[in-house]
Amino acid sequence: MKRSVKKAEERRAELLLEIGCEEIPAGMLPRAEEELRSGIEKLLTAENMADCVSVETYSAPRRLTAWVRGLRTKQADLVSEVTGPPKSVAYDAVGAPTRAAVSFAEKQGVALHDVYCIQTQKGEYLAAKQIKRGRSTEQILLDILPRVIHDIYWPKTMTWTGLSGARFIRPVRWLVGIFDGKPLKFKFAELTGGTETAGHRFLGASRIRVKSFADYEKKLRANGVIVRASARREKVEKELAALAKKGSYKVHEDAELLKLVSYLSEYPTVIEGKFDPAFLSLPDEILITVMRGHQKYFAVEKRGGDLAPNFLAVINLDKDPKGLTRVGHEKVLRARFADARFFWESDQKCRLADYLPKLERVTYESRLGSYKDKVERMRAIARWLAEQWFNLGLVQAHVAEADRATELAKCDLATEMVREFTELQGVVGGLYAKSQGEPEEVADAIYDHYLPVGLDDPVPRNLTGCAVAIADKLDSVAGCFAVGVVPSGSSDPFALRRAALGIVKIVLEKKLPLSLSLAVSQALKVLLTHAPKKSVTPEQEAQILDFLRDRARYVFREKDGFEYDEVNAVFRAGADDLVDARKRLEALRAIRKSKNFEPLTVSFKRIRKILEKAGKQAEGVHIQTDLFEGDAERTLFASMRKAGPKVEEQKRAGHYKEALEVIASLRPEVDRFFEQVMVMAENEAVKKNRLALLSELLREFSTIADFSELGGEGKN
Amino acid sequence: MKSKVKLEKKVGLNFQDLILTLSHFWVKQGCVLQQPYDTEVGAGTMHPETFLRVLGSGGYRVAYVQPSRRPADGRYGENPNRLYKHSQFQVILKPSPADVQDIYLKSLAAIGLNLKEHDIRFEEDNWESPTLGAWGIGWQVLLDGLEITQFTYFQQSGGVDLDPISVELTYGLERICAFLQGVESVYDLRWSDDKSYGDIRLAEEQQFSEYSFDRSDAKAIRSEFELHEKQAKELLEGWPKAQEKERVRYPLLAAYDHCLKCSHLFNLMDARGVISTTERAALMARVRAVACRTAQSYLEQISGTRELAVRS
Repeated sequence: MKRSVKKAEERRAELLLEIGCEEIPAGMLPRAEEELRSGIEKLLTAENMADCVSVETYSAPRRLTAWVRGLRTKQADLVSEVTGPPKSVAYDAVGAPTRAAVSFAEKQGVALHDVYCIQTQKGEYLAAKQIKRGRSTEQILLDILPRVIHDIYWPKTMTWTGLSGARFIRPVRWLVGIFDGKPLKFKFAELTGGTETAGHRFLGASRIRVKSFADYEKKLRANGVIVRASARREKVEKELAALAKKGSYKVHEDAELLKLVSYLSEYPTVIEGKFDPAFLSLPDEILITVMRGHQKYFAVEKRGGDLAPNFLAVINLDKDPKGLTRVGHEKVLRARFADARFFWESDQKCRLADYLPKLERVTYESRLGSYKDKVERMRAIARWLAEQWFNLGLVQAHVAEADRATELAKCDLATEMVREFTELQGVVGGLYAKSQGEPEEVADAIYDHYLPVGLDDPVPRNLTGCAVAIADKLDSVAGCFAVGVVPSGSSDPFALRRAALGIVKIVLEKKLPLSLSLAVSQALKVLLTHAPKKSVTPEQEAQILDFLRDRARYVFREKDGFEYDEVNAVFRAGADDLVDARKRLEALRAIRKSKNFEPLTVSFKRIRKILEKAGKQAEGVHIQTDLFEGDAERTLFASMRKAGPKVEEQKRAGHYKEALEVIASLRPEVDRFFEQVMVMAENEAVKKNRLALLSELLREFSTIADFSELGGEGKN
Repeated sequence: MKSKVKLEKKVGLNFQDLILTLSHFWVKQGCVLQQPYDTEVGAGTMHPETFLRVLGSGGYRVAYVQPSRRPADGRYGENPNRLYKHSQFQVILKPSPADVQDIYLKSLAAIGLNLKEHDIRFEEDNWESPTLGAWGIGWQVLLDGLEITQFTYFQQSGGVDLDPISVELTYGLERICAFLQGVESVYDLRWSDDKSYGDIRLAEEQQFSEYSFDRSDAKAIRSEFELHEKQAKELLEGWPKAQEKERVRYPLLAAYDHCLKCSHLFNLMDARGVISTTERAALMARVRAVACRTAQSYLEQISGTRELAVRS
C-alpha cells in the first residue's frame, strides 16, 4: 500500500529547457516537439512528479524548447506500509513481543515500539511504516533531462565529435536549463545547461542571458526569433494575405507548404517576386512544381484561376529593404524555369511514343524486368478491363483508347522533365500527350493514372484512366507477390498497400463492376504469358486476393462505417465484386435492426453449430417430405421452398434488402421448428432428414451474407 | 565566342580573385593549401586529400580547388548554368570545430557578401556518394534561394565509420561568382580583369560535351574500365601479403588512382547512354568495392599495423 504525503499549498515552479542546435530539418520539427513533450511527461510521471504539471514544447530550426509549469520543488515522500507476521505469532500469551516481532522490526529498521497492528481480511497483522524521502526536483531533472534529449526519435542521427560522442539529428551547440529561477546544470553531449541562449543568426545577439520562459520568449523576439511555430505561421499567413490583396491576386492554396515554411525560418518574412510572363506558356503544373518543390515559393493566381507572373517567397530575415534578396530569388527562379522550358522543348523533339524503347533500360524490379515489360503486361490487363466493362454495358469503356493510354503511360519516365521533377510523373506524360495531339481521353488517362495516391485523393477522371490505373496497380501487386516482394510491417518498398487501396477506391468510387478474383487471375495469366513469364502457386493467388480484400475490408469499415461482422458476413457469403458487396452491406445494415432479423441470425448460428457437430451425417441426403413427423417441419420446408425463388429473384435484380426481408420473414417458422422439433432424433433417417433440411436452409439463405458470422459469437 | 566582359563596370570578385580570397581565408584558418588532383574526378571529395585524409585519428585541415568533371551534365557550352566541368572549392576540417558554421559564414563575408542583406539558409541535404561508400549529414547552403555550398559532417568514407568527424565544405565557385558579379550566364563571368570564363573554358565545354555524348568509344571505355579495375584489385590483393619493409611504400595510392579512373569511365559510359539501370547499380557496386577496400587498406597502412580492427 502506498500513498503520497500531501502538504498544503505547496509552491510550484517553472522549468525552461532549450536544446540549441545547428539547423534541424524543418520537416522533422513537428514530431520532435511532440517527442520532447511526451518524453518529459513520461519521465516526470515515472518520478511521480507529473500531477498538475503542464508541458509545452516549441521549436525553430536552431532550437527545441520545453516550458514546464507547476513543478513541485521537491518530490513527495513516499510512505508505504509493510505487513509483517500475524499478531498471534508476534505476541505471546501475555502480550509480550516474540522473536518474530523483534526480527520484523529489525528487518524494517524501525524501533519495536513503532511497530503496530492492522486489521486485514485474514485477521490482525503486525505492520511498520516505511518512508522513502523524496529527492529535490533539481536532482531529478538533472537525472531525467539528458535521457529525454537522448530518447527523442529522429529518422537519421549523426555524430559530430566521433564514435563515442553523442548522437542527435544535428550538432547540439548549447543548452539552456533554468529551474525555479536558477540555472540547471544538466549535461548532454559534453555541454552543460546554463542561462545563455542564442538569437537569430543574423538578426540577433549570439549570447543572450535569460531568467524565465517569459523572459526567454520576449528577449528572443527582440533578437529575431519567434519561438512558437504557430506565431510564425500566423505571421506568414498575414503577410501572404496582405501581399495578395495588394497585388489583387490569390495565393495558390498549399497547406503543406505553409506548414513547412513555418518551421524553415526563425523569423519568416514574405517577399514578392516577379518572373517573365513568357514562362506562363508552360503548363501551370510544371510552374507550380518548380516554385514549390525546390524553392518553396507560393504560386499566385489571377482572378480567373490562371497563374500570375509573381511568386511569394518566405525568407529568414525581417526585411529586404534594398530588394537584394528579391533579385536573388528571381534570378534563381528564372534559371529553374529556363531549365524546365528547355526540358519541355527538348523532350518534345520526339514524340511520347518514341520514349517507349528507352523504357527497356528503366528497371521496375530486377525479377520483373523493365518498365517496357511492365507496360506490355499493363496493356493486356487494361484491354481486358475495358472489354469487361464494355460487355457489361459501360458504353464509355473504350478498348483502343485504354490500350493507347497504357502504352504511353510510362513513357515520361524516360524524359528529362520527369528525371528532374519526379513528382510530376504521369502529369508530364499527360501534358506531352495533349500537346502532341493525342485524344483528350487518352491524355487525361495518362495524366491521372498514378491516382489515387492517398485515401482522400481523387480517382482518375475518366474510365480509360481507371483502366490504366487499375492495370498498373494490379500488375504491381500480382508481380511483386509472385517474386516474393510481400509487404510486411513497415516495409513496403513498392507501395503495394497503396496500390491495392487505390484499386479498391477507384472501383468503389466509380461503381465499376469487377470480379476481384477474375481480375487477379487475369493479371496472373498475363504475368505468365508475358515477360518475365512468372507463375504462382494457388496459395500465392489466394494470398493476393486476400491482400486486395483486406484493403476493401478496411475501406468498408473505416470509410463507410460498416461493422466488422457485417463485412465478414458479406465476404464469407462469397461477395467478389466490391460494388455488389457494398450493396449487400447497405441492405444488411438497413435490415439489421428489424424485429425478425437479429433473432433469425441467432438461429442461423445455432444451425451452423448443430451442423458442425453433426459432421458429415447430412451429406448427400435428400430431403424427403414423408419423413417429416410434425407440422413445424412441414411448414418450415414449405415456406423455404416458397421463399427460395423469391429470394433468388430479388437477389438477381440486385434488390438485396427485399431479398433479406423475405429471408427474415422465415423467422416464425424457424422459431417454431426449434421449439417443437428435436433435430437429433433417435430414428437415424428422421435425424438425417432434419439435418438435410437445416443444411439447405443455411446454404440457400446465406448467399447474400453469411448470417452465422453476425453478432459476437459469430467471429469464432 | 568573343569576350563579353564589360571592363567599365566591375561588380563582385573576379573568378580568380574569388579563389584567391577563399584560399587566403582558409589558410588563415590553418588549412594546408593543396592543389587540384591530377586525374579526372567527379567531385572534390574524391581527391585523396579528402577521401583518404578523413580516415584515421590525426587532425588535418586542407583547402583546394578541384575541377570536377560530370560528363552527363555537359551542354555543349549552350546552357548558361550547366557544365561538363565545374570548379569546387573544397575545405576539410578534421576534427570539426564547434564554431564551424560561424567560420563558414565569415568566409562568405570575406568574399563580399553582406550577410544581413541576404537570405542565407542551411537546408537539409544529406550528401552521399554510392561509388565511394561515403556519406554524411548536413545541408546545402542557400543564398537567396541559390545553392552555393554543400556543408557536410562526414560520417563514413570508403565504408569506414569516421572518428573523429571531419566537416567538408564544398563551394560551387561558378555559382557563387555569378551571384557576386550579377551575371546570368557562367560564360559571361569575369575570370580576370580582361578575360571571361567563356574565353578560357568554352572550347573545353563544347569539345568534351561532343566527345562524351557523341564520339566516345563506349566499347573501348568499357574495356578501360575493366583494365583499371583489374589493376586496382591486383594491388589491393597484394597488400595483405606485403612484407614489413615494403609496407610504407606499398602503392595503395596507385590503387586509389585506378579506382578514380573507374569512376570517371563509368561516368563516361553513363553519359553515352550505354548503361541500363540494373547494370548501373552493378557497376557502381564494383567501383564502391574497390574504394572501400582501398580505404580499409589505407587505414592499416597509416596505422602501421595490419591487425588494426577496422570498424565497418
